[in-house]
Amino acid sequence: MKLREIAHSRTGDKGDTSNISLIAYDAQHYPLLVRQVTAERVKAHFSELVRGDVTRYELPAIGALNFVLQRALGGGVTRSLALDAHGKSLSSALLDLEVADPDSSPRPR
Amino acid sequence: MELAERGGLDYLVFECLAERTIALAQQAKRRDPESGFDPFLEARMRAVLPLAARHRFRIISNMGAANALGAARRTAAIAADLGVHLKVAAVCGDDVLDEVLAGDYRFEETQMPVRELADRIISANAYLGVEAICAALRTGADVVLTGRAADPALFMAPLVHEFDWALDDWQRLGQGTVVGHLLECAGQITGGYFADPGYKEVPDLARLGFPIGVVDADGGLVVTKVPGSGGRVTAATCKEQLLYEIHDPRRYYQPDVVADFSEVRIEEAGADRVRVTGGRGAPRTGTLKVSVGYADGYVGEGQISYGGPGAVERARLAIDIVRERLELTGVRMSEARFDLIGLDSLHGSRPSRQAADPYEVRVRVTGRTDSLAEAARIGNEVETLYTNGPAGGGGVSRHARDIVAVQSVLVPRDLVRTSVSTVEA
Repeated sequence: MKLREIAHSRTGDKGDTSNISLIAYDAQHYPLLVRQVTAERVKAHFSELVRGDVTRYELPAIGALNFVLQRALGGGVTRSLALDAHGKSLSSALLDLEVADPDSSPRPR
Repeated sequence: MELAERGGLDYLVFECLAERTIALAQQAKRRDPESGFDPFLEARMRAVLPLAARHRFRIISNMGAANALGAARRTAAIAADLGVHLKVAAVCGDDVLDEVLAGDYRFEETQMPVRELADRIISANAYLGVEAICAALRTGADVVLTGRAADPALFMAPLVHEFDWALDDWQRLGQGTVVGHLLECAGQITGGYFADPGYKEVPDLARLGFPIGVVDADGGLVVTKVPGSGGRVTAATCKEQLLYEIHDPRRYYQPDVVADFSEVRIEEAGADRVRVTGGRGAPRTGTLKVSVGYADGYVGEGQISYGGPGAVERARLAIDIVRERLELTGVRMSEARFDLIGLDSLHGSRPSRQAADPYEVRVRVTGRTDSLAEAARIGNEVETLYTNGPAGGGGVSRHARDIVAVQSVLVPRDLVRTSVSTVEA
């Protein structure tokens, strides 16, 4: 199953740093996101694009994760040669990530 | 206009200043001292000033860009022309170009000394907080125009002013930052930049309503929009916007406070009504962020499309030819990209490796050069594919332009001295 089935996402940019939020549609899927969508996996997923560290922040109060990708925007939005200099489309690439189906994992009652 | 007419507003905020806009405005002001503010100021003020007078709301905007005083004078002239009597205030002091050039600073991201770029620097503007904007509101101004200010501060200033928040009330300033952050991108919280058919439906995007924030004395926020306007306000639209351009949610550095978004609660309170509370804060730092705009060489680009059977192979051949031509003709590029739009231009080559070839694909060649003439040669080599490249290439576009880039530095807070001037119409 793709992440898109259980979560939504938006990308932001500041200089050469991109942040990608990952928000569970249903709070019960938040633990699955925490377990399966690690900073290491996200870094590997974007290995062609991101030259710096990937840090993950957890926001249990809203059932969301926030990934911060450093040196990810071709030297910075204002100078990048990329077609999508802001990296705005990266959120959709994150939602392409495969995760194990939540229906096969135990749900809280 | 719908918002100004039917929003029941006390304040209307226009946030209009992207990262490098102020550097471009500074260049415009050097050519013409009466310019340097937002080119849309005229049209917006003509439309909104009569409504502001009729419905008695005040306007705050960073449309002043590199010339807040010029923008205030122009706004007053427009008001006089419309027969509207009002007071316009300009907040000045964000321009710290001389101070930054005289100091010994390094860019935050690259650690490069600012001095190394000295002769190419165009502008340096500090992100101002609420203090100067509140001073402008205390003059009784109906319209407050700023240059660079922290976007959330444009929205938080009326809260500090109306509710008399202390400037060291870090919890309220933290929640006030949440308010400003959520509202600053307008339609991005009312369903704009959100729709994903089949997953996230948004009605009537062509008539997207802009947000209204109803804020109580503690900063508790209800986000809503004008009834009947397009879009939607839901917990999901608010969550996406809460994390937009945020790094560590516990430490969102602002001129007025270090805001903490980690405990923010977002609850739906009716149709297109979402309640947002729980923003907190810690004491502000001793520094302010300054955006430095500088000339960063030239970029040239050319594009051409291929379609039908073998489109991808022909496009790849086209790239090989242009790459070799640029070498043969000695075009010096410090950095270059060769993209196949439709295949690998957005997320690298990995995602499309398992996918079937697209029916059509567009070649994009772009590179960074030291001169405009060399930048233009990149597009020329793509155009040459019309006669000297693979079969069936069409739809060439090309351009060459100079680049203004932006990097930021932190400066001591006391380096920045703000002032307020008023103009009456």
